[in-house]
Parts: sequence; C-alpha cells; structure tokens
Amino acid sequence: MNTQPLLDIRNLSVEIPTESSTLKAVRGVDLELKRGETLGIVGESGSGKSMTALAMMSLLPPAARRSAACINFDGADLMQASEHDFAVQVRGQRIGMIFQEPMTSLNPVYTIGRQLKETMTLHRKVSESEAEVRAIHLLEKVGLPDPASRLKQYPHELSGGQRQRVMIAMALMNEPELLIADEPTTALDVTIQAQILRLLRDLQQELGMSMILITHDLGVVSRAADKIAVMYAGDIVETGTTEEVLLNPRHPYTQGLLECVPGYRNGALKRLGSIPGIVPSMTGTVQGCAFASRCPRAVDTCRTQTPPSQEISPQRMYVCHDPQETRDWQPSPAPGLSQDMLVSPSQGQTPILSVNSVSCTFSVRRGMFGKRIPLRAMNDISLQVNKGEVLALVGESGCGKTTLTRTIMGLQQPDTGSVVLNGQRIETLPAMQRARMIQPIFQDPYSSLNPRKTIGEIIGKPLAVHKLGSRQEQLAKTYSMMELVGLPRRVFNSYPNQLSGGQRQRAAIGRALIMRPEVVICDEPTSALDVSVQAQILNLLLDLRDELDLTYLFVTHNLSVVQHMADRVAVMYLGEIVECGDRDDVMLNPRHPYTRALMDSALSIAPGEIVPDLGLSGDFPNPMNRPAGCAFNPRCPIAEQVCRERAPAPEIIGSSLVRCWKAQPSSDRPIA
Amino acid sequence: MASYILRRGLLALLVALVVSFGTFALFYFATDPAQTIAGEDAPPEMVEEIRQEYGFDRPVSVQYVAWLGGVFQGDFGESYFWKQPVGELIREHAGVTIILALSSLMVTILIALPLGIGAALKPNSWVDRFALSTAVSAQAIPNFWLGLMVIILLAVMFPIFPVSGDATWRHYVLPALVLGASSVPAVMRLTRTGLLEVLGADYIRTARAKGFMGYQLIFRQALRNALLPVVSVLAVQLGHKLGGSVVTESVFSMNGLGRLAVESIFNSDIPTVQSLILIFVLTFVLLTLAADLINAWLDPRIRMG
Repeated sequence: MNTQPLLDIRNLSVEIPTESSTLKAVRGVDLELKRGETLGIVGESGSGKSMTALAMMSLLPPAARRSAACINFDGADLMQASEHDFAVQVRGQRIGMIFQEPMTSLNPVYTIGRQLKETMTLHRKVSESEAEVRAIHLLEKVGLPDPASRLKQYPHELSGGQRQRVMIAMALMNEPELLIADEPTTALDVTIQAQILRLLRDLQQELGMSMILITHDLGVVSRAADKIAVMYAGDIVETGTTEEVLLNPRHPYTQGLLECVPGYRNGALKRLGSIPGIVPSMTGTVQGCAFASRCPRAVDTCRTQTPPSQEISPQRMYVCHDPQETRDWQPSPAPGLSQDMLVSPSQGQTPILSVNSVSCTFSVRRGMFGKRIPLRAMNDISLQVNKGEVLALVGESGCGKTTLTRTIMGLQQPDTGSVVLNGQRIETLPAMQRARMIQPIFQDPYSSLNPRKTIGEIIGKPLAVHKLGSRQEQLAKTYSMMELVGLPRRVFNSYPNQLSGGQRQRAAIGRALIMRPEVVICDEPTSALDVSVQAQILNLLLDLRDELDLTYLFVTHNLSVVQHMADRVAVMYLGEIVECGDRDDVMLNPRHPYTRALMDSALSIAPGEIVPDLGLSGDFPNPMNRPAGCAFNPRCPIAEQVCRERAPAPEIIGSSLVRCWKAQPSSDRPIA
Repeated sequence: MASYILRRGLLALLVALVVSFGTFALFYFATDPAQTIAGEDAPPEMVEEIRQEYGFDRPVSVQYVAWLGGVFQGDFGESYFWKQPVGELIREHAGVTIILALSSLMVTILIALPLGIGAALKPNSWVDRFALSTAVSAQAIPNFWLGLMVIILLAVMFPIFPVSGDATWRHYVLPALVLGASSVPAVMRLTRTGLLEVLGADYIRTARAKGFMGYQLIFRQALRNALLPVVSVLAVQLGHKLGGSVVTESVFSMNGLGRLAVESIFNSDIPTVQSLILIFVLTFVLLTLAADLINAWLDPRIRMG
C-alpha cells in the first residue's frame, strides 16, 4: 500500500505585483492530500482559495508569481514542470478541474460532444469513436438522460445544472487522480446544488479519486469533505478533520465563520454573530496575525508577533496566539432580540399588502421568427403580508419570483387579479405615494448602484426626486440614514466602487429606506455577499424592522436565511404558490412534496452526514412547457394519476395553505 | 432557417427599393432631365418635345414604377449620355470593380487577421505595438495619397507594376493593395480586441484546464468566437469596396463602377445613376444578410435562436 500522499504542497506562495506594491494572495500554504481523500478549502472571498488551486494547475493570471518549496504530485515536483509539461501531462489528464460558472465555462460555439471528446483525444491516442463511447458512458454516469443525443447539443441548450454535469463529465474523461472543484455548486439552485454535490461525492468514492473542494459554504464542506483547511488572507489558519474543525473550532476566524451561519445554533430570530470588516489585502510585510484587526479576542501580542502554529495532532493544527477564551469557545446562543420580537405579529390583522388571485402570461417568441408561445409566469397567486411581518418567498430561478415582486411594486400589470397596498389598489396610487409605501432592495449591490454617483447622492436621490424638504434637510436626512444603516460619514463622497460589497448593500438599503416606506421588498439581498457580511446585513435588516416598524417581503433561495428571518414562508413553484404558512409549520412540517424536497436540500452544517437524496428527478422545468395537471407532477416522487390530470386547488391544512392532491396531514412526518 | 433567410431577403429588398425610390425622386426634383438631354442652350420647344417623348411629364411615382418594371425584366433603360443600354454599360464596368473589391478584401484579410491575432497573443509586445502603429497610420493616411505614393514607389521609381489601367492582373496589384489597406485598421483592431476578450472568457480557462495551450488554444477554441464580429465588419467593408471605390479607381484610371457612377452624376445621366444606386444598395443589404448567415453558421446560439 502506497502511504505517500498524492499531493504534498510545501510553502506555496503567490504574489501579484500591482502598481504600488505587491499583493500576497497566497502566503506559505502547506497542504497534504492522500489518495481517495476529499479536502475542503474554506474561506471568504479574497482569502486565496482559488489562487491556491490555480497555482497547483499553473493557471495563474500572467502577472502572478508563484513560488513553493515543492508541489509534489504523485512523487514528482510540479514546480519543476514546464508550461508544456503541465499542458501535456497534468491538466485535464491527471488533474481535472471544475469551475464555479457553469453558464460560461463551456465553449458556446462547439457541441457538447466535441468538447468532451477533445479532452480525451488531446491527451491520448484514441479514435474518435472510442472517445465517443467514453463520453456517452460518462454523461450517463453524471445523470444526464439520453446521453447519445446530448453529444450533438450546444451548451446553450442545457440548463445550468446540466452544464455543470457536463463539466464534471469532461473533467473525468481521462480518469484523473485528482479533481479540483472550485465552488462547483455556488451558482446553482438549491435542489440542483444537492444533486451535484451528491454526484461529486458518489463519483469520488466510486472512482477512488482524490478531491479538493473549494467553497465558502460550510454546509457544503460539512457533507462532502473528509478534512478541512480554513484559509484566511492567503494562509491556512486551521486544519483538521471535518468533524473536528466544525464541531470544535479552535481558530477565532473559524469560530466567527460558524457563528455567522444562520441556523448553526439552532435558534431563529437571534442576532447572528458577525466578523466585522473584510479580508484585508496583504501587501508589504505582514506584522502579527493577519486576522488581528477583525478578531474579537485579539490582544497586543496578536498585532506585533506572528502567531505560532499550534499542533494538536499531525492532522490537526491552528495558527493563533491562542488566548484562553479561544479554547473555551462554545457555540452558545448569542444575545437574543427583545422578547416581543419573538412573538409573531398579531394574527387577524388587516394585511398591509395583499395579492389577490394574480395571474400573468407573457408570450415569448421561440427563435427569431418562431411562433409566439405563452409563458405563464404567475398562476392564480394570492398572498397576504401583515404589518410588521417578514414573509419569505422561496423558490428556484425561473419560478416567477421576480415577476411577482415586480407586480407587487406596480411595475408589471397582471392579466387578472389585483395588488392592494394599505387598502388601495397599487395601480391607482400615484408614483410618489407608491414610492413612500413600497421600496425594493436588490440582489447585486455591484450593479444596482450608479457607479458615477457618490454614496451621498445615491442615498439622498429619492428625496431630491420627490422634492422633499430643503437641500439642508435632505442632507441631514441622508446623514442620519447613513448612520442608521451603519455607513461612516466619510463615505458620503465616495463612489460605489470604493466600497466593499457589504457597504454597498448598506447604501442600497439606505436608499430604499430614506422614503420611509412601510413595505420593503428584499430580492435576495445577501446572496452576492460573503457569509460574514451576510450576517451583518441580516442583523441590520432585523434591527431596522424593529426601529422603523417595517414589513418585509423577503425573496430568497437560502433556507437558513429563511429560518433566521421569516415569520411566514411562501413556497413558489412554476408560477404558483404551492405552500404558504407559518415558518415552523412550513420548515419543520412541510406538506407539499416540493417544499419537503427543498427543506431536505438545505445543507445545514452536519459533519459526516451524507448529502440528502431529494428524490426529485430532473431539472427545474421550462415555464414555456408547463406540464398538464399539477405543475410539479413530473418531478414529484409521490405523483399519482390524478396529479397528472387535474391541477390541485389551494387547500387549508393546519395553518398552511397547500396546493397538492396528496398533501399529508402533519402527523405523517417525523419532525426533522 | 429557410424562413429566416426568406424574411431577411424580403427585408433587404424593401430597403433597396426605398433607397432607390428616394434617389429617383430627388433627381427629378433637383434637375430637369429633358433640359439635360436637349442641352443647355436648346430652344424650349425642343425641350418640351423631349419631355413628351421620354415621358418626363408623368408623375414621378409612375415613372419610377415604369422604370422598376423594366429593371425586373432586365431592362435598366437607355443611358442619355453614353447612348447605350444601361445594362450593357454596367456589365462592361462591373468586372473591374468585382475583381478589385475581392482582391482588396483578400489583402485586408491577409494583413489584418494575422496582425490582430499576433497582437492579441502578446499584448504590449513589439508585435502589438507594430500592429497598433500600422493601424493608426493606415487610418490617418488618405487613400488617394497612399495610391499616389505606391505609384511613385512601385511603378515609377521601381517600375515593377504598371502605373494605371486595368488590362492585366498586374494592373490590379497596386489598387488592391491601396484599397485593401483602407480596411486594415478596423478589421485588425476588431480581431485584436475580440480575441483578447475571448481569451479572458471562462471557457478558455476551462480549455486550458483540459490541457490546451498555445496555437491549439487559439485555433481550436478561441478564434471561432472571436471572428463573429469580424465577419460582420468584413461584409460592410466589401460593400464599400464594391460600391464606393471611386477614389482608387480614379487614381489608377480603372474603368469600374465607381468611375461610371461619378461620370454619370456629372453628366446628369439619370438612368445610369439610378440603376447603379439600386445595385449598390442591393449589394450592401445582401452582403449584410450573407454576414448574418455566416455568423449563424458559426454560432449555434444565433442559428437556433
């Protein structure tokens, strides 16, 4: 038995020269990986995870400089390999790689078949037909139905999940010994995420490959990795088995990351822990611990002396000066919010926002001159949001969430049905009044702020547009809003690109709230942010709700965020609300099979636990091709004849509204 | 796909008709064709007689339809100035222009593509700088001056090629070079930026992770994507060359359509000008259509909508 590790990296550094100084993207990383083992590399964006992987493959950007004592791969030092050696012997041959963006990672002008086959013919003397056989075999293995005909398809004909399956098959064409997966599930919908992760895990075990899984999602690594390396500012700060690191973290950074994850402490409506600030860019000489500036327990030594590596066992170490509190850390409940916040807002109140049987059908041309095909974006949707409540709207991409929020804001006219805001139909409200009642916060703080306007102008703009108060008053209001959302005064004259993602989202929140709306529509407000920043923003939103008496409609696909924020949950599938009810009812006791699959797909941190099999077949359907009967029936594990024939009407079960022929009464399912 | 071509073809025809009717009408409002035919000093009775005989007294739209009806039967009318059928005139001149346009397009492709690709492969290298300075100077130098310079250099000082005319293939070398050079900057730059953009794409990173490198990476992965915009620009450039190589044809005294057009305009030879404009417009829209079809063939996303 060969006990030598497959991969042994010693003192890997990557430096990127910039105009004024040198950025140290990776600072002396040591990694070891045995055959058949899966290593998870975890960290926030900017921590150097991807750079480490790219350095192994010698795929760094041209300006970057790489140095290492050695990168031993199966006994040979890759530091000695030339670019030509890498291309011919390593990349795609012995080390396969999967990237984050399945939508753009396949060449759009060539067929799937060509792209799969060339990976093999490039490296081996095999005939076209041999390569084809292998390609079909692998497509079958990654779970693409009808693989032979897939070969003739182009990437744009496949969905994101299908493309990621193709990427995986492509990486496996030459039976690599090591598979590097860089955020392989981040860009995918939750149900697809679980499927892909499960697939990777199964393939890794079946083929006896080693795998490096790079991710910011602690839930993902907890299910798929044997051991974990936590990276911060270009260095590994803690390593150990998955169980040790996640259940008994030693480094304050790891502890902080875990506290940021909603649901880790099993309590909802508590303030999340958060790590202030962002990963610093390491330039020049580094003094002391890189994490000291954000560490809640930093002492003077941390700022002046390089922290030592504390070795607990050969496989378990962390880099820290190790104050006593760090050792005693417990995932204890953080201070909760005030007691009255834990009580759901009073029932039976008149809803501040109600959506009444709204339907909307678009007609879409297929092809440039193709026939117009109806796309039913919303089908008989009814919702009530009570004052002071947080209603979470959950669903995968393409389910009609965006159309619904646009309709609620009066930006989209429904075919039938009405939206009533504070007793008035939305379309009868003058724009000015509507803006004072309902405001949106968008997903991407990078593109939703005008890059040519200063933060002060952006936040104060609504006041100027609606000519509210004098210039002086507007300024004063802007400053107080900045304070409220936690933006320092000095960024008033900064431009969005000078701010971090979290600060930008704060600015977006400030802009939405300056009109003092009663209802705020939050459209995935944290999905573009790192987990530590996400925690800050979620805390801020909950605080603001308290302070300003806001009502939120919270659109998200992140179930731990739902768990943390929502009073009630509405689950949307293919333009319909399939289940709506109190949070605990819906999340702990889901009645619709789709809701159940969604809840199962949530990858909470559970070291050693397997990735759940959702029992869902296939992808999210194309809304232009609605199945007959219940929209969910083709993917439903319990569908029967009636489901394929007639669409179910919403029905009240317990406190929830469920749209299913086979909705189960509450006692049938053990509480998860 | 068939209906796509049909619809685009009909659209092209419509554009051609609108433009040709516009110019037809303009001519009739701006000049008096009867006077032109009769001559400046002709007596009014004679002008009137010609007006009757040629039917210039009818409404413009009627005349246009009559003319167009002839065109559809291959009859472009009779040239007032050259006193011969316009169709015949055009046939006599078209050969020169077509050969010149196609050979100059080859010149453009042979210079611009390699330069653009070389520049993109090594940005900020000497190849890139050379390509860039070539583009800037080619853009700054007026076409007629470049024509005169190559004549002085390659026909007078070193008499390798003939100075002017269109009798043999040797006559075409210099004009093709000059006309081709005019399109080099646009095409070169587009190839460079297009390829640079593609080389930064995620799927190229994927290809590198699969083991592609060097020329394989460029030719088997990147180029097809990068050429999509270049094809459209080449089509437009060819259109310019087929329709408007007036300057080059004049400098080299070549008897092509460009010169025919200029002389017809100077002599108010309405039937010839109208026919030429219709042909130029048709060529242009058909070339654009051809470019779209080539792009659709190169890019499945366009092909399948």
